[in-house]
Amino acid sequence: MSLDLSRREFLQGAGAAGALTLAPGVFLHAKDPEVPVTDAVRWGMLVDTRLCQEDCDACVTACNEEHNLEDLGRPETDAQWIRKLTVRDPLGGRTISLPMMCQHCENPPCVDVCPTGASFRRVDGIVLVDKHTCIGCRYCMMACPYKARSFIHENLTEQLPHAPRGKGCVESCTMCVHKVDAGENTTACAEACHKDGHQAILFGDLNDPDSEISKRIQEFGATQIRADLGLNTGVRYQNL
Amino acid sequence: MSVASIRYATLDAGRSYWGLLAVLAGVTLVGLAGFLHLEHEGHWITGMNNQVVWGIPHVFAVFLIVAASGALNVASIASVFGQVTYKPLARLSGLLAAGLLIGGLVILVLDLGRPDRLIVAMTYYNFKSIFAWNIFLYTGLLAVIALYMFVLFQPAFARWTRAAGTLALLWRLILTTGTGAIFGFLVARQGYDAAIMAPLFIIMSFSFGTAVFMLVLTAACHGSGRVLGDALLFRLKNLLAVFVSAVLYFVLAYHITNLYATEHHGYEAFILNFESLYSKLFWIGQVGFGSLVPLALFYAPRTRTCRISTHVGAGLVILGGLIQMYVIIIGGQAYPLVLFPGMEESSSFYDGVVASYIPSIWEFLLGFTGVAISLIVVVAGLGALGILPEDLSDPKPAG
Repeated sequence: MSLDLSRREFLQGAGAAGALTLAPGVFLHAKDPEVPVTDAVRWGMLVDTRLCQEDCDACVTACNEEHNLEDLGRPETDAQWIRKLTVRDPLGGRTISLPMMCQHCENPPCVDVCPTGASFRRVDGIVLVDKHTCIGCRYCMMACPYKARSFIHENLTEQLPHAPRGKGCVESCTMCVHKVDAGENTTACAEACHKDGHQAILFGDLNDPDSEISKRIQEFGATQIRADLGLNTGVRYQNL
Repeated sequence: MSVASIRYATLDAGRSYWGLLAVLAGVTLVGLAGFLHLEHEGHWITGMNNQVVWGIPHVFAVFLIVAASGALNVASIASVFGQVTYKPLARLSGLLAAGLLIGGLVILVLDLGRPDRLIVAMTYYNFKSIFAWNIFLYTGLLAVIALYMFVLFQPAFARWTRAAGTLALLWRLILTTGTGAIFGFLVARQGYDAAIMAPLFIIMSFSFGTAVFMLVLTAACHGSGRVLGDALLFRLKNLLAVFVSAVLYFVLAYHITNLYATEHHGYEAFILNFESLYSKLFWIGQVGFGSLVPLALFYAPRTRTCRISTHVGAGLVILGGLIQMYVIIIGGQAYPLVLFPGMEESSSFYDGVVASYIPSIWEFLLGFTGVAISLIVVVAGLGALGILPEDLSDPKPAG
């Protein structure tokens, strides 16, 4: 049993306790499932493209493992919650690499167009799909400006309890909501990027001026992709 | 001809009638078997993928729904605008609209990822979604058509005909606006995000619906031994010619507007430069065979009074309409999303490249099922109710 799994199981078991001490001075607050999330926080991510290596896909691998997204050998229909995007400026040829995933918009087009309300935005900023009310119409995929969503084209097996998935529904990056609600306050992609020593992805609370993510945005600024659409994305980029 | 003097009769349920219904039922059953296979396997067996999420089923479904709205043209002209010539055909207009709408809706439902959750779609609503509104608009139009048909069939309610017809006219205009808005509201896609989509779809509905109406009317008259007068057929043809021209005008306005905005030049080149499949379909299928050839047949001195030319022209308008839907729905998705304007993008998720889409037999089966169900509704209605007048021949000259 991996150390990571042991820790998660331990945290799940201790979740009801609300808060526990991981190490002296380090507290981890698991969300009480009975207590609704609030807009006091807005979870987001900051990507520094200077630190993102073109030949590295640790974030993609970590996301696939975290949510059991299998490579079925059909790239056109296989689900991708996060992908590495290469962007080249034809004038001068400067090339940058960055992870692209659901941008967790404040005004998400996917939520606007969803006929049943299955696409929804939690008040803490995380955009999700309710797998019980998604009818698989795929209108959200038409509407998403970031091509961040995948439709499940086939039967799935060996799903993970924290990442329920099913044929005929649409899905996308959950900003590792299971980790957030367990109080881990990180995402699989950010963890993997950190572990690989790049630290290109930073997760945090955009509403907290003292959080690391807010401080970095205050100091260096950050850009939204397709800012012209006015969506106020929860994922921001530096050095685009 | 006064309305009261029109005599309607059901179609004779002879061998050919039941044979036609059997063929349509067979197509439906084959299609439903295909649907069960699709439902069992999942959408990976189709040509649809994570880049082109709406395929051939949507081409057929949207065409049928748009044509349903336009099939009510004759009813509107007769009941709202008081054109006596069309009054004998108002019932067929209503029946055909209902049939096309039902067929289109069946395709939409069967193509859902979770068709078993239809009840969810009917109990959970997000009223900011034009899709949610369309669920009401589509089912509501069926109710409005039922009301309109009831009024037509009950002489005691004849004075309500204009009111019911007006309600149907307004409802279908809103419905087609909503259908066009499905695409018009997609802010991020280069080929959509255009207010003109709503009126474009309205005028497309007028054209496609009238073309389908003409062919169904002709087939029904032919099958039942009725004489369809030249005057009536060519009057419908002249109307269709105006609608086909109007669709061309709206398509021209759409592309001219896009061409003025440099940001849309990529998409415009994709549709207009005659290199991509979609561009060839646009010029040859939609504009050439779907619009210019019918217009030539409808207006050229040698063919404008030829019944065969009229029918061929109407058929080409339908074919061109399906191709237009293909260009709009598939072409609009195949063109890559622009995440970084002015930059070149690439990824494992087909960013920056034209998405591939090869339609599968399963998708065509769903489309054919919808068409067959539409026709079953029409044929069954013609056999069960007095929809078609006994006499549709040209009025004899006075004296």
